[in-house]
Amino acid sequence: MDEIENNEEMPQPSLPKGSVQGDVRSMAFFAELVMKLGTSTKTNAKLDAMVEFFSSADDKDKVWVIALFSGRRPKRAVNTTQLANWCVEAVGLPFWLFEESYHTVGDLAETIALLLPEHDPEQSSPHPLHYYIEQLIAIEKETEQVKKRFILHSWHEMNSAERFVFNKLITGAFRIGVSQGLMVNALAKTANTAPSVIAHHISGNWDPSTISFTELVSDQAIAADYSKPYPFFLAYALEDEPSSLGNPEEWQVEWKWDGIRGQIIKRNDELYVWSRGEELMTEKFPEYQTLKDALPNGIVIDGEIIPSIDQKPLPFALLQTRIGRKNVTKKQLQEAPIAFFAYDLLEYEGIDWRNKPLEERRNQLEEFVTSLNHPTLLISPVIPFDNWDELGRLKESSREMGAEGFMLKRKTSQYLTGRKRGDWWKWKIDPLTIDAVMVYAQKGAGRRSNLYTDYTFAVRDGDKLVTFTKAYSGLTDQEFTQVDAFVKKNSLEKFGPVRTVKPELVFEIAFEGIAASNRHKSGVALRFPRISRWRHDKKVDEINTLEDLRKMLEVYGK
Amino acid sequence: MPLIEFSNCGFYCREGDFYIDPWRPVERALITHAHSDHARWGSKYYLCHHDTKPLLQQRLGNNQYESIGWNAPVYINGVRITLHPAGHIIGSAQIRVESGGEVWVISGDYKIENDGLSGAFEPVQCHTFVTESTFGLPIYHWKPQAQIFSDIQSWISKNQAEGKSSILIAYSLGKAQRLLPCIAEVTDNILVHGAIYNIHEALINAGWNLPTVQKVSSETPKSLLKGSVVIAPSSAEGSPWMKKFAPYEIGICSGWMQVRGAFRRKNADAGFSLSDHADWKGLLEAVKGTGAERVYATHGFQFAFSRYLREQGFEAGEVRTEFGNEETTTPDHTASPP
Repeated sequence: MDEIENNEEMPQPSLPKGSVQGDVRSMAFFAELVMKLGTSTKTNAKLDAMVEFFSSADDKDKVWVIALFSGRRPKRAVNTTQLANWCVEAVGLPFWLFEESYHTVGDLAETIALLLPEHDPEQSSPHPLHYYIEQLIAIEKETEQVKKRFILHSWHEMNSAERFVFNKLITGAFRIGVSQGLMVNALAKTANTAPSVIAHHISGNWDPSTISFTELVSDQAIAADYSKPYPFFLAYALEDEPSSLGNPEEWQVEWKWDGIRGQIIKRNDELYVWSRGEELMTEKFPEYQTLKDALPNGIVIDGEIIPSIDQKPLPFALLQTRIGRKNVTKKQLQEAPIAFFAYDLLEYEGIDWRNKPLEERRNQLEEFVTSLNHPTLLISPVIPFDNWDELGRLKESSREMGAEGFMLKRKTSQYLTGRKRGDWWKWKIDPLTIDAVMVYAQKGAGRRSNLYTDYTFAVRDGDKLVTFTKAYSGLTDQEFTQVDAFVKKNSLEKFGPVRTVKPELVFEIAFEGIAASNRHKSGVALRFPRISRWRHDKKVDEINTLEDLRKMLEVYGK
Repeated sequence: MPLIEFSNCGFYCREGDFYIDPWRPVERALITHAHSDHARWGSKYYLCHHDTKPLLQQRLGNNQYESIGWNAPVYINGVRITLHPAGHIIGSAQIRVESGGEVWVISGDYKIENDGLSGAFEPVQCHTFVTESTFGLPIYHWKPQAQIFSDIQSWISKNQAEGKSSILIAYSLGKAQRLLPCIAEVTDNILVHGAIYNIHEALINAGWNLPTVQKVSSETPKSLLKGSVVIAPSSAEGSPWMKKFAPYEIGICSGWMQVRGAFRRKNADAGFSLSDHADWKGLLEAVKGTGAERVYATHGFQFAFSRYLREQGFEAGEVRTEFGNEETTTPDHTASPP
């Protein structure tokens, strides 16, 4: 417990008296952290909670929390069906009732935690977080019987809050209302280090089972890990007119491509390709293997992972045919060959270039890419323009170019960390829209638990309605409450969690792209569909038709 | 013809020619309790429990009211009617209807745990039981009141230590009064929103002995506002009215707070799963306690609850009513409080 004494300046977020404050080495302490992060409405309170955790928790637990909160979780030892079955068996309820409960709660881990009986509220797990994770890793290859015994035993020794986080370890996705940026700040505060150093340290390839907390956060522990990408610099959407940015000559403009943002790294004779979601893509796209020999050591390039033929980008729908596929057919390689559109040069000849002005980085990048002359590594072109009006007109051709609009970058800008205002802006084209009627509704998850917030929409086809998309976002909380009340009053039939609803409410659906699809009844698949507004002024006979969708497909779907 | 029919105005007894908790104006209305989704305006005659009458007068104004005590039979057109404690709020009753040896009980809203104010829920033997099912899923199970009260008191003490006010969001009729003894143990200075004060007055005038509260008004001295304990209805949440108590923390007292997502949606600082409805186990216990063979589930998770009952060997069905909103999460003044 000497960590506490060493940190006199540690803020002491107060806890309700009488609540069982977890032993800093226990699962309860972690459960408490998750609870605070998930329910606090104030960023500072979340920061304090994390600083408190990183100041006093067990070292191994800290490392695992960093891993979990940055999307690294142990391999799934047990699947959700097994968890659900064992829970149902333990509580003696029919499976359909478990499903009803799950659709109302909207979270499997929480549903199980709520259903299991709590015999003694004072009961608390005797083990720390890392114990359970190590056990989960250890049982991965064991028989179902061994797994079941471990899970049931663990549930038995935990209280409800601990069961919830334990189940979360298994079901994955620790999205609990805390951004990676906030965690980085908390670690920086705890370790008294610069956030950018922390951000760099915790990116890339590291194994939470073997690395120590000190190695992960201390200034000295410079990564011998050659795979580490730099934290991405991200742009906010431009809300004002571009003329607000001043002299056009100070700006570099590129197309905003619709692929996966990534970094290509070659260091120590190894090649690494990272996505912005910090997923290692090197093995996923065999095209990149040829770059391994072509690139020199000590180079990091920021760009877009995107399929391309003849230096022209292909629609995102084609990239989707390649994502998550380990074995690629020849046909796929021919129809959707993956390229990398280079934006920026972050490291060159082993030296970090991020503090140099963009103009300098760009010149070196162009020179490098041109001289390399490799079919997979392309330069994302800079768009010449004289004034903002002209640029505005050019923007209209984005869709034909396969782009979503422009990126505007100040020529003097450094390559910063995270989403920052001022030097980089994205200037996107308006989305496509279509008016549609809601026909199915389902309850949401998380903050939308027990509210009908997930809708399926239809367009008209003669006197029939044809569903064409789902959309989950775009309404205010108040509007969701109103639609929820409508669904509850006007549901026609119930199919498991789905209600069919009287086709009456009309919404404008916005989307970024449209592609042909034989998986959908309508024959189209939309990119990023969301509700742009509730058309109180429109009746169901005034909505768009399937014919309208098909026309859009012809114009924009290629 | 069954003794009770499910009509488009509510539960109707043809033989006695009366309705129970009708949602449209009728000639004769029997009222289970004074919440506005059960006791609606416009009927010519109301029959309820003695403790409900002053609340109806306060909420619905002057009408023809008749009130009776617990288990004191009255006859309407030969149909025998008695009231039995439902434990939901002050005066809340289950209504037992009997004719020709057939017995129905309409539960209204109820909870099993005795909160010390609303009367102890009484299991009533019947052939057919019409039950609410607001929290009719096994994910809902309440901690004992004493434990929740202790959590609330700890939360208030913590806020007091930090110089913050504690604003408890609770339904004006029922939950607000239920909280008073809990809060009175930690402070003498209980402030209430005007809507709660009006009900408080009506109850005091009716002879109820409740801890003293002060109405928050423009005259309330600033010294009383800071670090205070306030009870307010959900309509006050997020309104400018709350600013006067700053700095403050908000704690929501509602059964819905059991689920994290529902709590997170409220953007509050604390959630206490304190409900005036029965939880899953409570509903099952109530159904079994009646000895009924036939059960109808209304307002709430009636689908899941009635299906479960059928699998347990009951003859069970679901009935659509206009009480509250099914599964309501944001009760307004027309909805039943969770």
